[in-house]
Amino acid sequence: MESSLLWMIAGMGVVTYLPRVLPLVLINADRIPPRLQRILKNVPFAILGALIFPGILHINEDSMWFGLLGACVAGAAAYLNWNIILVVLSSVAALSLCSFFMN
Amino acid sequence: MMLPFPAEEKESHPFLTGVQAGLSIAIGYLPVAFTYGLLAKSSGLSLVETVGMSMIVFAGASQYIALSMIGAGTGAFEIIITAFIMNIRHLLMSASLNERMSEDAKWIKAVYGFLITDETFSVAATRTEKKLRSAFMLGLGLIAYGSWVINSGVGFLIGSGLPETVQNGMAVALYAMFIGLLVPSAKKSRKVIALAGTAAFLNSLFSLYDPLSGGWGIILSTLLSAAAIEFFMTEENVYGE
Repeated sequence: MESSLLWMIAGMGVVTYLPRVLPLVLINADRIPPRLQRILKNVPFAILGALIFPGILHINEDSMWFGLLGACVAGAAAYLNWNIILVVLSSVAALSLCSFFMN
Repeated sequence: MMLPFPAEEKESHPFLTGVQAGLSIAIGYLPVAFTYGLLAKSSGLSLVETVGMSMIVFAGASQYIALSMIGAGTGAFEIIITAFIMNIRHLLMSASLNERMSEDAKWIKAVYGFLITDETFSVAATRTEKKLRSAFMLGLGLIAYGSWVINSGVGFLIGSGLPETVQNGMAVALYAMFIGLLVPSAKKSRKVIALAGTAAFLNSLFSLYDPLSGGWGIILSTLLSAAAIEFFMTEENVYGE
Protein backbone atom coordinates (compact mmCIF):
# COMPACT_ATOMS: atom_id res chain seq x y z
CA MET A 1 0.00 0.00 0.00
CA GLU A 2 1.21 3.47 -0.83
CA SER A 3 2.21 5.01 2.49
CA SER A 4 0.91 8.56 1.87
CA LEU A 5 -2.48 7.08 1.08
CA LEU A 6 -2.32 5.01 4.24
CA TRP A 7 -1.70 8.15 6.30
CA MET A 8 -4.50 9.94 4.55
CA ILE A 9 -6.94 7.12 5.36
CA ALA A 10 -5.77 7.05 8.98
CA GLY A 11 -6.18 10.83 9.24
CA MET A 12 -9.67 10.67 7.74
CA GLY A 13 -10.48 7.93 10.23
CA VAL A 14 -9.41 10.07 13.19
CA VAL A 15 -11.27 13.23 12.16
CA THR A 16 -14.38 11.17 11.43
CA TYR A 17 -14.25 9.17 14.65
CA LEU A 18 -13.72 12.05 17.10
CA PRO A 19 -16.98 13.94 16.39
CA ARG A 20 -18.85 10.64 16.56
CA VAL A 21 -17.58 9.64 19.94
CA LEU A 22 -16.63 12.72 21.99
CA PRO A 23 -20.16 13.87 22.91
CA LEU A 24 -21.14 10.31 23.83
CA VAL A 25 -18.25 9.77 26.23
CA LEU A 26 -17.72 13.33 27.51
CA ILE A 27 -21.23 14.69 28.05
CA ASN A 28 -23.15 13.63 31.10
CA ALA A 29 -26.71 13.54 29.76
CA ASP A 30 -28.23 14.32 33.17
CA ARG A 31 -26.29 17.56 33.55
CA ILE A 32 -27.58 19.19 30.37
CA PRO A 33 -30.12 22.00 30.96
CA PRO A 34 -33.67 20.85 30.05
CA ARG A 35 -34.07 23.44 27.31
CA LEU A 36 -30.93 22.22 25.55
CA GLN A 37 -32.08 18.63 26.04
CA ARG A 38 -35.28 19.45 24.18
CA ILE A 39 -33.33 21.05 21.36
CA LEU A 40 -31.14 17.94 21.09
CA LYS A 41 -34.30 15.81 20.90
CA ASN A 42 -35.42 17.96 17.96
CA VAL A 43 -32.17 17.32 16.08
CA PRO A 44 -33.12 13.97 14.45
CA PHE A 45 -36.18 15.37 12.72
CA ALA A 46 -34.50 18.57 11.64
CA ILE A 47 -31.49 16.68 10.31
CA LEU A 48 -33.74 14.33 8.32
CA GLY A 49 -35.25 17.35 6.58
CA ALA A 50 -31.82 18.74 5.79
CA LEU A 51 -30.52 15.38 4.58
CA ILE A 52 -33.45 14.90 2.20
CA PHE A 53 -33.59 18.42 0.73
CA PRO A 54 -32.16 19.58 -1.53
CA GLY A 55 -30.02 16.41 -2.01
CA ILE A 56 -32.84 14.31 -3.43
CA LEU A 57 -33.33 16.80 -6.26
CA HIS A 58 -29.84 16.04 -7.54
CA ILE A 59 -29.88 12.25 -7.77
CA ASN A 60 -30.32 12.53 -11.51
CA GLU A 61 -28.19 14.97 -13.46
CA ASP A 62 -30.81 15.57 -16.13
CA SER A 63 -33.94 16.25 -14.15
CA MET A 64 -34.96 17.04 -10.61
CA TRP A 65 -38.37 15.49 -11.33
CA PHE A 66 -36.70 12.13 -11.03
CA GLY A 67 -35.89 12.73 -7.37
CA LEU A 68 -39.27 14.31 -6.70
CA LEU A 69 -41.03 11.26 -8.12
CA GLY A 70 -38.92 9.01 -5.89
CA ALA A 71 -39.80 11.19 -2.91
CA CYS A 72 -43.52 10.96 -3.70
CA VAL A 73 -43.46 7.17 -4.02
CA ALA A 74 -41.48 6.78 -0.79
CA GLY A 75 -43.71 9.31 0.98
CA ALA A 76 -46.89 7.54 -0.11
CA ALA A 77 -45.57 4.11 0.88
CA ALA A 78 -44.48 5.43 4.27
CA TYR A 79 -47.80 7.19 4.77
CA LEU A 80 -49.54 3.83 4.26
CA ASN A 81 -47.37 2.46 7.09
CA TRP A 82 -45.45 0.11 4.82
CA ASN A 83 -42.36 -1.48 6.29
CA ILE A 84 -39.29 0.69 5.74
CA ILE A 85 -37.67 -1.90 3.47
CA LEU A 86 -40.74 -1.85 1.22
CA VAL A 87 -40.63 1.94 1.23
CA VAL A 88 -37.04 1.82 -0.07
CA LEU A 89 -37.67 -0.96 -2.60
CA SER A 90 -40.87 0.56 -4.02
CA SER A 91 -39.14 3.87 -4.60
CA VAL A 92 -36.12 2.19 -6.22
CA ALA A 93 -38.42 0.03 -8.40
CA ALA A 94 -40.50 3.02 -9.51
CA LEU A 95 -37.44 4.99 -10.57
CA SER A 96 -35.78 2.00 -12.26
CA LEU A 97 -38.94 1.50 -14.33
CA CYS A 98 -39.17 5.20 -15.05
CA SER A 99 -35.54 5.28 -16.17
CA PHE A 100 -36.11 2.17 -18.30
CA PHE A 101 -39.00 3.71 -20.19
CA MET A 102 -37.33 7.07 -20.64
CA ASN A 103 -34.38 5.52 -22.49
CA MET B 1 -48.07 -13.66 40.46
CA MET B 2 -44.43 -14.64 40.11
CA LEU B 3 -43.14 -14.88 36.59
CA PRO B 4 -40.26 -17.26 35.93
CA PHE B 5 -38.54 -14.57 33.86
CA PRO B 6 -38.86 -10.81 33.77
CA ALA B 7 -41.32 -9.90 31.03
CA GLU B 8 -38.52 -8.23 29.06
CA GLU B 9 -36.75 -11.49 28.38
CA LYS B 10 -39.58 -12.70 26.18
CA GLU B 11 -38.83 -10.05 23.61
CA SER B 12 -36.02 -10.71 21.19
CA HIS B 13 -32.56 -9.62 22.28
CA PRO B 14 -31.89 -5.93 21.66
CA PHE B 15 -28.91 -6.84 19.47
CA LEU B 16 -31.21 -8.77 17.13
CA THR B 17 -33.79 -5.99 17.19
CA GLY B 18 -30.97 -3.69 16.14
CA VAL B 19 -29.89 -5.99 13.30
CA GLN B 20 -33.48 -6.12 12.09
CA ALA B 21 -33.84 -2.35 12.27
CA GLY B 22 -30.59 -2.01 10.32
CA LEU B 23 -31.63 -4.19 7.39
CA SER B 24 -33.05 -1.26 5.46
CA ILE B 25 -29.72 0.54 5.90
CA ALA B 26 -27.82 -2.51 4.68
CA ILE B 27 -29.97 -2.52 1.55
CA GLY B 28 -29.62 1.22 1.10
CA TYR B 29 -25.83 1.04 1.44
CA LEU B 30 -25.49 -1.69 -1.16
CA PRO B 31 -25.55 0.49 -4.28
CA VAL B 32 -23.68 3.35 -2.62
CA ALA B 33 -20.84 1.15 -1.37
CA PHE B 34 -20.78 -0.79 -4.62
CA THR B 35 -20.37 2.39 -6.62
CA TYR B 36 -17.71 3.61 -4.20
CA GLY B 37 -15.73 0.39 -4.78
CA LEU B 38 -16.07 0.84 -8.51
CA LEU B 39 -14.90 4.46 -8.42
CA ALA B 40 -12.04 3.62 -6.05
CA LYS B 41 -10.75 1.10 -8.54
CA SER B 42 -10.91 3.58 -11.39
CA SER B 43 -9.17 6.15 -9.15
CA GLY B 44 -6.24 3.75 -8.88
CA LEU B 45 -6.70 2.48 -5.31
CA SER B 46 -5.84 -1.12 -4.51
CA LEU B 47 -8.39 -3.54 -3.06
CA VAL B 48 -6.80 -3.23 0.39
CA GLU B 49 -6.89 0.56 0.25
CA THR B 50 -10.47 0.58 -0.99
CA VAL B 51 -11.82 -1.78 1.66
CA GLY B 52 -9.46 -0.33 4.29
CA MET B 53 -10.88 3.14 3.78
CA SER B 54 -14.40 1.77 4.21
CA MET B 55 -13.37 -0.08 7.37
CA ILE B 56 -11.51 2.83 8.96
CA VAL B 57 -13.52 5.85 7.81
CA PHE B 58 -17.04 4.40 7.34
CA ALA B 59 -18.49 7.63 5.97
CA GLY B 60 -19.92 7.53 2.47
CA ALA B 61 -19.88 11.16 1.41
CA SER B 62 -16.35 11.85 2.60
CA GLN B 63 -15.05 8.70 0.94
CA TYR B 64 -16.56 9.75 -2.37
CA ILE B 65 -15.10 13.22 -2.02
CA ALA B 66 -11.70 11.78 -1.08
CA LEU B 67 -11.73 9.77 -4.33
CA SER B 68 -12.51 12.77 -6.47
CA MET B 69 -9.87 14.83 -4.64
CA ILE B 70 -7.28 12.08 -5.12
CA GLY B 71 -8.24 12.09 -8.78
CA ALA B 72 -7.71 15.85 -8.89
CA GLY B 73 -4.30 15.48 -7.27
CA THR B 74 -5.27 17.21 -4.01
CA GLY B 75 -2.96 16.74 -1.03
CA ALA B 76 -3.75 14.45 1.89
CA PHE B 77 -4.04 17.33 4.35
CA GLU B 78 -6.81 19.07 2.39
CA ILE B 79 -8.64 15.78 2.02
CA ILE B 80 -8.50 15.18 5.77
CA ILE B 81 -9.76 18.69 6.54
CA THR B 82 -12.61 18.21 4.08
CA ALA B 83 -13.54 14.90 5.73
CA PHE B 84 -13.56 16.70 9.08
CA ILE B 85 -15.89 19.43 7.82
CA MET B 86 -18.18 16.87 6.20
CA ASN B 87 -18.42 14.85 9.38
CA ILE B 88 -18.55 17.48 12.07
CA ARG B 89 -22.32 17.06 11.96
CA HIS B 90 -21.78 13.76 13.78
CA LEU B 91 -21.10 15.90 16.86
CA LEU B 92 -24.76 16.87 16.82
CA MET B 93 -25.94 13.33 16.28
CA SER B 94 -23.71 11.96 18.98
CA ALA B 95 -24.90 14.58 21.47
CA SER B 96 -28.52 13.98 20.53
CA LEU B 97 -28.15 10.21 20.74
CA ASN B 98 -26.48 10.57 24.14
CA GLU B 99 -29.86 11.76 25.45
CA ARG B 100 -31.57 8.57 24.31
CA MET B 101 -29.04 5.88 25.19
CA SER B 102 -29.13 3.85 28.39
CA GLU B 103 -26.15 4.51 30.62
CA ASP B 104 -23.26 2.19 29.93
CA ALA B 105 -19.48 1.89 30.28
CA LYS B 106 -17.55 4.54 28.36
CA TRP B 107 -15.66 2.00 26.27
CA ILE B 108 -18.91 0.50 25.02
CA LYS B 109 -20.10 3.98 24.06
CA ALA B 110 -16.77 4.50 22.31
CA VAL B 111 -17.41 1.33 20.29
CA TYR B 112 -20.95 2.03 19.11
CA GLY B 113 -20.06 5.70 18.64
CA PHE B 114 -17.85 4.60 15.75
CA LEU B 115 -20.95 3.23 14.07
CA ILE B 116 -22.86 6.54 13.99
CA THR B 117 -23.75 7.58 10.45
CA ASP B 118 -26.58 9.72 9.08
CA GLU B 119 -28.49 6.50 8.53
CA THR B 120 -27.82 4.55 11.75
CA PHE B 121 -28.47 7.71 13.74
CA SER B 122 -31.76 8.38 11.94
CA VAL B 123 -33.02 4.84 12.46
CA ALA B 124 -32.05 4.87 16.15
CA ALA B 125 -33.33 8.35 16.90
CA THR B 126 -36.75 7.77 15.34
CA ARG B 127 -37.39 4.64 17.44
CA THR B 128 -40.31 5.02 19.80
CA GLU B 129 -38.70 3.41 22.86
CA LYS B 130 -37.79 5.96 25.50
CA LYS B 131 -34.30 4.58 26.09
CA LEU B 132 -32.16 2.64 23.65
CA ARG B 133 -29.82 -0.18 24.69
CA SER B 134 -26.17 -0.35 23.71
CA ALA B 135 -26.73 -3.83 22.25
CA PHE B 136 -29.44 -2.42 19.97
CA MET B 137 -27.07 0.26 18.70
CA LEU B 138 -24.35 -2.35 18.13
CA GLY B 139 -26.66 -4.64 16.15
CA LEU B 140 -27.93 -1.72 14.09
CA GLY B 141 -24.46 -0.34 13.44
CA LEU B 142 -22.75 -3.64 12.68
CA ILE B 143 -25.16 -4.76 9.98
CA ALA B 144 -24.85 -1.36 8.34
CA TYR B 145 -21.04 -1.50 8.68
CA GLY B 146 -20.91 -5.04 7.30
CA SER B 147 -22.91 -4.04 4.25
CA TRP B 148 -20.74 -0.96 3.70
CA VAL B 149 -17.41 -2.78 3.95
CA ILE B 150 -18.40 -5.92 2.03
CA ASN B 151 -20.14 -4.10 -0.79
CA SER B 152 -17.17 -1.73 -1.18
CA GLY B 153 -15.05 -4.79 -1.88
CA VAL B 154 -17.67 -6.37 -4.15
CA GLY B 155 -17.92 -3.17 -6.16
CA PHE B 156 -14.14 -3.10 -6.56
CA LEU B 157 -13.96 -6.75 -7.64
CA ILE B 158 -16.95 -6.94 -9.96
CA GLY B 159 -15.76 -3.76 -11.59
CA SER B 160 -18.41 -3.30 -14.20
CA GLY B 161 -21.48 -1.41 -13.19
CA LEU B 162 -25.02 -2.50 -12.56
CA PRO B 163 -27.39 -1.94 -15.50
CA GLU B 164 -27.86 1.80 -15.88
CA THR B 165 -31.60 1.74 -15.31
CA VAL B 166 -31.13 -0.01 -11.95
CA GLN B 167 -28.30 2.35 -11.03
CA ASN B 168 -30.56 5.30 -11.74
CA GLY B 169 -33.25 3.81 -9.54
CA MET B 170 -30.84 2.84 -6.75
CA ALA B 171 -29.65 6.42 -6.37
CA VAL B 172 -32.85 7.19 -4.50
CA ALA B 173 -32.47 4.36 -1.94
CA LEU B 174 -31.02 6.27 1.02
CA TYR B 175 -33.30 9.25 0.47
CA ALA B 176 -36.30 6.93 0.36
CA MET B 177 -35.15 5.50 3.68
CA PHE B 178 -34.89 8.96 5.25
CA ILE B 179 -38.43 9.69 4.05
CA GLY B 180 -39.62 6.35 5.37
CA LEU B 181 -38.17 7.24 8.79
CA LEU B 182 -39.57 10.75 8.84
CA VAL B 183 -43.16 10.17 7.72
CA PRO B 184 -44.42 7.99 10.62
CA SER B 185 -43.21 10.59 13.16
CA ALA B 186 -44.55 13.44 11.04
CA LYS B 187 -48.01 11.82 11.04
CA LYS B 188 -48.07 11.98 14.83
CA SER B 189 -46.55 15.38 15.46
CA ARG B 190 -46.91 18.81 13.85
CA LYS B 191 -43.64 19.75 15.48
CA VAL B 192 -41.79 17.08 13.47
CA ILE B 193 -43.21 18.52 10.25
CA ALA B 194 -42.11 22.00 11.28
CA LEU B 195 -38.62 20.79 12.23
CA ALA B 196 -37.99 18.87 9.02
CA GLY B 197 -39.61 21.50 6.80
CA THR B 198 -37.67 24.39 8.29
CA ALA B 199 -34.35 22.55 8.10
CA ALA B 200 -35.05 21.43 4.51
CA PHE B 201 -35.90 25.01 3.52
CA LEU B 202 -32.81 26.48 5.21
CA ASN B 203 -30.52 23.83 3.75
CA SER B 204 -31.91 24.51 0.27
CA LEU B 205 -31.12 28.19 0.76
CA PHE B 206 -27.64 27.45 2.10
CA SER B 207 -26.89 25.08 -0.76
CA LEU B 208 -27.12 28.03 -3.14
CA TYR B 209 -24.19 29.62 -1.34
CA ASP B 210 -21.09 27.61 -2.11
CA PRO B 211 -19.11 27.75 1.17
CA LEU B 212 -22.17 26.42 2.99
CA SER B 213 -22.97 23.58 0.62
CA GLY B 214 -22.03 20.16 1.96
CA GLY B 215 -21.14 19.77 5.63
CA TRP B 216 -21.72 23.20 7.16
CA GLY B 217 -25.11 23.78 5.56
CA ILE B 218 -26.58 20.64 7.12
CA ILE B 219 -25.21 21.56 10.56
CA LEU B 220 -26.41 25.16 10.45
CA SER B 221 -29.86 24.39 9.12
CA THR B 222 -30.34 21.58 11.66
CA LEU B 223 -29.25 23.73 14.61
CA LEU B 224 -31.28 26.77 13.55
CA SER B 225 -34.39 24.69 12.94
CA ALA B 226 -34.07 22.66 16.17
CA ALA B 227 -33.63 25.84 18.24
CA ALA B 228 -36.20 28.06 16.47
CA ILE B 229 -38.94 25.45 16.44
CA GLU B 230 -38.29 24.75 20.12
CA PHE B 231 -38.83 28.46 20.75
CA PHE B 232 -42.11 28.60 18.81
CA MET B 233 -43.51 25.20 19.72
CA THR B 234 -42.23 24.62 23.24
CA GLU B 235 -45.47 22.97 24.35
CA GLU B 236 -45.52 20.29 21.70
CA ASN B 237 -43.62 17.05 21.78
CA VAL B 238 -41.73 15.38 18.94
CA TYR B 239 -42.77 11.88 19.99
CA GLY B 240 -46.54 12.46 19.72
CA GLU B 241 -48.72 13.01 22.82
